[in-house]
Amino acid sequence: MGILVAAAVVLVAVVFYIADFLSVAPPVLAATTSNGATNLTLQTVASYGHAPDPDWVTYLGRDSDGNWHHTTVYQLPAHTLVHVTIYNFDGASGLRNPFLAQIRGTQGGVASVNGKPVSVIDQDDASHTFTVPDLGISVPLPGVADNAPNQCSVAPCSLSMAHQTIRFSFVTPGPGTYRWQCFVPCAASFYYGFGGPMQTIGWMSGWLNIV
Amino acid sequence: MSTIESTPTTTPTKAPTFREQLVGFHLIWGVVLAAVGYFVCHWLGTKVGGHIDSQSATDQDDLAVFFGFLGATLGWLIGLGFFNYPLSRMLGRPASLVEGEEYGVWRYFRLCTDHKVVAIQYFVAVLFFFGVGGLNAMLIRGELTSDNATFIPAGNYLTLVSLHGTMMLMMMSAGVLGPLGNYLVPLMIGARRMAFPRVESLTLWLTVLAGFVLISAIFLGGFPTGWTGYVPLSVEARAGMDAYLFSFALIGISLCLVGLNIIATVMTMRAPGMYWNRIPVFVWGMLTTSILAVLAAPVLFAALYMAALDRTVETTFFLASNGGSPFLWDNLFWFFGHPEVYILALPGFGIVLEILPVFARKPLWGYRVAVAGMFGVALLSFMVWQHHLFVSGINANLRPFYMFTTELISIPTGIIFLIGMGTLWRARIRFTVPMLFALAFFFNFLIGGLSGVYLSDVPSDVTTHGSYFVMAHFHYTIMGGLVFATIGGFYYWLPKITGYKLDETLGKIHFWMMFIFFNLTFFPLFAAGLLGMPRRVSNYNPSLHALNVFVSISAWCLGLSLLGLLANIVWTQLLVREPAGPNPWLSKSLEWQLPSPVPAYNFERIPVINSAPYSYGIPDAPPVADFGKPAVLPGGPAITPEGGVI
Amino acid sequence: MSAVGAAANGAGADVRHGRRILIIWVIANVILVPIVIWVVGPHIPPYHASRQSTEQHNVNVVLTALATPVLLMIWVYFGYSIAVFRQRGAEVVDGPPLEGDPRIQITWLVATTAIVLALAVYGTVGLLGSSNGAGGGQGPTPLAKPANAAGALQVQVIGQQWMWTFRWPGYGGVETPYLVLPVNREVEFHVTSIDVAHSFWAYELGVKADAIPGNDNVAFVKPTQVRSFQIRCAELCGLWHGHMNTTGRVVRQAAFNTWIAQARVRYRGVTKQLPPYSHVYYPVPDQRAS
Repeated sequence: MGILVAAAVVLVAVVFYIADFLSVAPPVLAATTSNGATNLTLQTVASYGHAPDPDWVTYLGRDSDGNWHHTTVYQLPAHTLVHVTIYNFDGASGLRNPFLAQIRGTQGGVASVNGKPVSVIDQDDASHTFTVPDLGISVPLPGVADNAPNQCSVAPCSLSMAHQTIRFSFVTPGPGTYRWQCFVPCAASFYYGFGGPMQTIGWMSGWLNIV
Repeated sequence: MSTIESTPTTTPTKAPTFREQLVGFHLIWGVVLAAVGYFVCHWLGTKVGGHIDSQSATDQDDLAVFFGFLGATLGWLIGLGFFNYPLSRMLGRPASLVEGEEYGVWRYFRLCTDHKVVAIQYFVAVLFFFGVGGLNAMLIRGELTSDNATFIPAGNYLTLVSLHGTMMLMMMSAGVLGPLGNYLVPLMIGARRMAFPRVESLTLWLTVLAGFVLISAIFLGGFPTGWTGYVPLSVEARAGMDAYLFSFALIGISLCLVGLNIIATVMTMRAPGMYWNRIPVFVWGMLTTSILAVLAAPVLFAALYMAALDRTVETTFFLASNGGSPFLWDNLFWFFGHPEVYILALPGFGIVLEILPVFARKPLWGYRVAVAGMFGVALLSFMVWQHHLFVSGINANLRPFYMFTTELISIPTGIIFLIGMGTLWRARIRFTVPMLFALAFFFNFLIGGLSGVYLSDVPSDVTTHGSYFVMAHFHYTIMGGLVFATIGGFYYWLPKITGYKLDETLGKIHFWMMFIFFNLTFFPLFAAGLLGMPRRVSNYNPSLHALNVFVSISAWCLGLSLLGLLANIVWTQLLVREPAGPNPWLSKSLEWQLPSPVPAYNFERIPVINSAPYSYGIPDAPPVADFGKPAVLPGGPAITPEGGVI
Repeated sequence: MSAVGAAANGAGADVRHGRRILIIWVIANVILVPIVIWVVGPHIPPYHASRQSTEQHNVNVVLTALATPVLLMIWVYFGYSIAVFRQRGAEVVDGPPLEGDPRIQITWLVATTAIVLALAVYGTVGLLGSSNGAGGGQGPTPLAKPANAAGALQVQVIGQQWMWTFRWPGYGGVETPYLVLPVNREVEFHVTSIDVAHSFWAYELGVKADAIPGNDNVAFVKPTQVRSFQIRCAELCGLWHGHMNTTGRVVRQAAFNTWIAQARVRYRGVTKQLPPYSHVYYPVPDQRAS
C-alpha cells in the first residue's frame, strides 16, 4: 500500500518536472498583411516592467489589432518580401564587434532610420541588432539619446515616447525555422552583456518560423 | 588509550517513543530549518550586496543566493542534529561514539553513527539522484530525435544537459564509496565501525543537500555550462549557476571527508591478522579512490570558490579582459576532473575483482599486481589532465608530453584486465547476475578504454575532441564500467545488507536488456562524433537524423531496463522478502561469514584473520577468520574483544 | 565445495587451452585485420579534404588496425572462458588454486609498455611532422609550423556569441561573415574570441581550435580539395551553441581573389570602424551599465 502511494507521488513529481522543462515557450506571432504587403512590427524596450523579470530588456511584436505581445517567435510567409518596422525605445550600449554596425541582407543593403536610408551606423550608437545569421540578415538599431526626454521604461511603449524608427525589407527563403538574435551586449548586470535576456527566447532572441 | 567509551557490543535498549522520535533532530527539521535558513540569509545577502554594481541591478543577486545557500546548509545541519554533539562536548558532557542508533526506522532519517545505516541512506540517495539524472537523459534523447525543431525550448535544453551531467558525476562520485564503501570496508577489515562515524553521517547528509541544491537550479533559471562549468560563460550565467557552484562545493567537501574516513579506518582499524596482503581487493579499490578524493577535491573547491567570487564581488580571476585567464579555470577544474573520473573508475575495478573469484571459484590471479595496478592508475591520473585541453591553445610543447602520460595510463588499466583474465583461467564459472555484470564490465570498459587511446592521440583528438566520440568514450567507461560494476555489486551485496534475496530471473532479464540496449545506445555515438556532431547541441547535421533516432529509441529502452532494476528491488526487498541466509554466494570473504542482515556492531568478538579471502581451490584451507579465539598477536600482548590492531 | 585436484594435469591443460585460444585469435586476426584496414578503413572519418584531415584519417586507420588484435584477444579469451571454463552440473566446484605467474605478468607488462611507447612515438611524429599539428590549435607559439610559414594565408577566426566572423590581415583587415579559402595553399588560422570560450571546428578540413578570449590559438591547414565544409562550434558557449554553424568553401585561387576583392568593397563602410588588427581583442563595452 505504502509502495503504491510512494509510486504515485514519484509519478506526479516526474510529470511536474518534465512539464517544467517543456512549458516555457513564447507564443507565435504572425506577420500582418495590409494592402497586399506583409509587415512585421516590433519594438525594443529597455526594461520589461512586468513579472517575471521586470528589469530585463526585451523585444515585443505587434499583431494586426495593434496589440503588443511579449514574444520573439514570429511567423512569416515563404518567398515573400517582408517589411519590418522596429521602434527602438532603448538607449545605446555600443557593439563589441563593430562589424555588426553594417546593414546586411536587406533590400538594397540599407535600412531607413527615422526616414533616412543608411548602410552603416556608428558602432557607439548601436542599441540592439536584429540579426538572422543563417540568412545573412543583420540590421543594427541606433539608440535613443541618453538625455532624450520622455523615455520609456515599461512595456509596451507608446509612440509618443522617445524612440527611433528603423525600417527595412527582406525576402524570406523557403519554409524552415531560423533563429535570430541581438548582437549588442545589452543585458544589464551580466558579464559581456550577453547573459540573461540575451540567452532567453522571448526576450532578445527568438525564431523566425517561415511557412 | 582514550577516554572515549569502548564500542558497545549491543544496541542501547532504550527505544524512544514515537513522540520523542518526532520531536528529535531528523530530516523533517533539516528541511524546515534549511528553508528558513535560505530565506533569512537570502534577505541578509540583499542587504549586504546591494551596493555592488553587478548585484544591484536585475532580478539576480548572486551574493544573496550564495548567502541563502549557506543559510540553508546551516539550517539543514542544525535540523539534522550535527551541532548537538559539539555543543554537548563544549558544555562538558562526556564523549560518545554513538548517536541516533537507538531509534527504529527513524534511524534512516537522521544522524546515525551506524555505518550500515549510513550506507543504506547513501544507497537510497544515490538511486534517487541517479534516477533524476536518468530522467534528464531520457528528455535529452527525446529532444535529439529531431535535428532542428525544439520541443524543449533551447535554453531549457542546455539546463537539461547540464543537470544530467552534473547530477550523474556528483552522485556517482560517491556512488560506490557511499553505499558499498561505508557498508563493507569495516566488515571486510574486521572492524565494528568506521574511524569517524559522525563525519560519515555528515558526508551523507551533505550529499543529499547538494543534490537538492542542484535541482533547485531549475527555479533559479537553470545553468548553461554543462558539468564542466567553463568560464567565462559561467560568470555570465544566471543565478542557477550559483546552485551548481554551491552544490559541487558541498560534494567536494563530502568526497574529501569520505576519503579521509576510509583511509583512517583502513589504516588503523584492521583486525588482528589483517595484514596488508590480506585486505580484500575491494578495500584496496576504496583506499586508492579515497586517496584520489582527498587530494583532488580541495582543488575543485578552490576553483568553485574563485568562480563564485567572480560572480558575486566582481573579482576577475577568470576574465581575460580584466587581467584574469579562462585557462586558470580549465586547469584547476581538470586537475580535479581527471582524478575524478578515476574516482569513478577505480571502485568499478575493485568491485569486479572482488566478485570474479567468488563466481570463478578461484583465487584472485595476481593480487599484488592488481593492487599495484590500482596505485599506478591513481598516481598517473594526476599527470594527464591536459589531455582535455589539447586543442584549447595551451603551449604546444605540452601536447606530446601529455599524450605520452595519457597513453601510459592504459598500462595499469590493462593490468586489471590481465588479473581478470587470469582469474578466469580454468575456472568453474557460475553465471549468476553479479557475475554477468562483472563480465559485462570487461566488455564495456575495453571499448571505453580503447576509445580513450584514440582520444589520447593528439591528431585523432583534433576531430574527436568536444564531439559525440568523447561522449561515447566516457559513457562506455563510466556507465558501461562503473555503473555496471556498481549494479553488479548491488546484486551481490544487497542480500547481505537487507537479508533478502533479489530475484535471479528478473535480474537476468534486467541484465540482458541493459547490456544490449546500452551498447545499441552508445556504440553508434562513436560514429556520430566522427561524422561531425558536437557535444551538447540540439541542432545537428540532418544526415545524422536516422542515427540519432535509433540511439534515442535504444536509450529509452535502456531507461526502461533500469526501471526493471527498481522493480526487482521493490518486489524482493519490500514485498516478497525471501530470506537470503548468511552466505548465498558461497563466498570466502569475511563479510559473508556473518548473518544477513549484519547485526549491530558487526562482530560479537573481533575476529583473528587467517588468510586473504581468496583461498578457493586449496584443499585444506583454513576459514578466512577465527571468530572464537581471543585475539592475541604472535608474541604480542592480548587484545580485548572490542579493540583493533595495535 | 570440494577442491579440484587438477594440479596433476594442470600443465597439460594450460598448454591445451592456451594453444586453442591462440589459434582462434590468429585466425580471427587474419580475417578481420585486412577487412579493417582495406574495407572499413577508407570509410573512417575524417576524409581527405586537407593534408591535416588526411593525417588524422591515417592515424585513425592505424589505431583501429592496432585496436583490432587487442579487442579480439580479450573477446576470444573471454568467449573461450565463458564457453569452456564453466561450472558443469549443479554442484559448486572450486577451480585450481592458481595465484599468479610472474612470467606472464612481466611479459604482459613489457608488451603493453612497448605498444604504448610505440603509439606515443607514432602520435608525436604524426603531430609534429608534415601535418603541422594535425589541424589542432597550438596556442600562440605553435611548435609544428609549415616550412613556408611566412607565405601562409593568414585568417583570423573571431568567435562571439553566436556567430563566426573572419578577419583578413593581408587584405586590409576586412572582416567577413563567411570563410572562403584558396585550394592548395597553406592557411594559418588565428582563432580567438571576444567573449566566452568557443571552438572553431572546420569538420572536413580537420581543423579544431578553441577560441578563448585573450588567447591567440594558431592552427595550420592546407586544403587539397575544392569543396564546401561545415563549420561548427565545439565548445559550449550558451544558448545558440548548437546553431553557431556556417558553411565554408574551398575554391580555386582566382575565385578566392575575386571573392576577397568583392568583400573589401562590400564591407568598406564598416572596415573603418573595426579596431586595428590584433591577435587578441578586449573590446569595450564589457557590459552594459546598469
